[in-house]
Amino acid sequence: MPLAIGAVAPSFSLPDTDGRSTPLVDGAPAATIVVFTCNHCPYALAWHDRLQAVARDYDARNVRTLQINSNDASRYPRDSLDAMAARVGAGDFAGPYLHDATQEVARKWEAGVTPEVFVLDAGGRLAYRGAADADHGDESLAAAWLRGAVDDVLANRRPAPAETRAVGCSIKWRA
Amino acid sequence: MPAGVELLYWDGCPSHPDALADLRAALAELGRTDVRVTLTEVSTDEQAADRGFIGSPTLRIGGVDLMPPPEDEPTGLTCRVYRRRDGRYSPTPDSADLRDALRRVLSRPEQDA
Repeated sequence: MPLAIGAVAPSFSLPDTDGRSTPLVDGAPAATIVVFTCNHCPYALAWHDRLQAVARDYDARNVRTLQINSNDASRYPRDSLDAMAARVGAGDFAGPYLHDATQEVARKWEAGVTPEVFVLDAGGRLAYRGAADADHGDESLAAAWLRGAVDDVLANRRPAPAETRAVGCSIKWRA
Repeated sequence: MPAGVELLYWDGCPSHPDALADLRAALAELGRTDVRVTLTEVSTDEQAADRGFIGSPTLRIGGVDLMPPPEDEPTGLTCRVYRRRDGRYSPTPDSADLRDALRRVLSRPEQDA
């Protein structure tokens, strides 16, 4: 049973690539975007720039964006903390890139693939989950579903649809 | 009998139906619908290592990768990363690269023996 629309999202605090503990709730954002992503997945890479553009565009509207890598780096070394830090150092991320080493957060949020996006309202309730837009290969879509969901939350509307099918690489769980 | 194309895939990655469609379209474009296409599922890390499988989808003719990867690419059950001609990342090969690779390999005499 996936995390239900309208439910309060499970809290967490995860380290970023510098080891700073980063909580889900920090301040009073008007909305929060959480993206489960990774380094090695072509779908995550294909959507990456669109997601960073969303993070940058909505930052000034008090929308917080957190990106999380939950993959088992022992089997997928490209998802190691060092590899994450290298990407952050190269300026690839518009916001914190968090390491879910125990995979506890991905399990609690019932994330299935990378990339999978979640939008929370100001009360921390889940308003949207799924894909950023309809096609990883079409940059012109510009993460329209995600932007629409955030716009709805900012306008106190319920996103419709509130759920879409996230397409991507399965999260690499520990054996 | 023309050489066949082997499409190796891992079911945990959703890209192989698109790759198969792209492959069949490329073969049609080249007028080579006579070329046999076989699908091979790779479902364990051991099979991936045995087959030198670096990700899904992988396309081979005569055991040779149509899109040769770097030599140090690790094997495993994962989605394979391709680059489009414009530099974008993709879970499937660029259609033009695939067509050119097929044309190149299928034009070799030994592939039509």
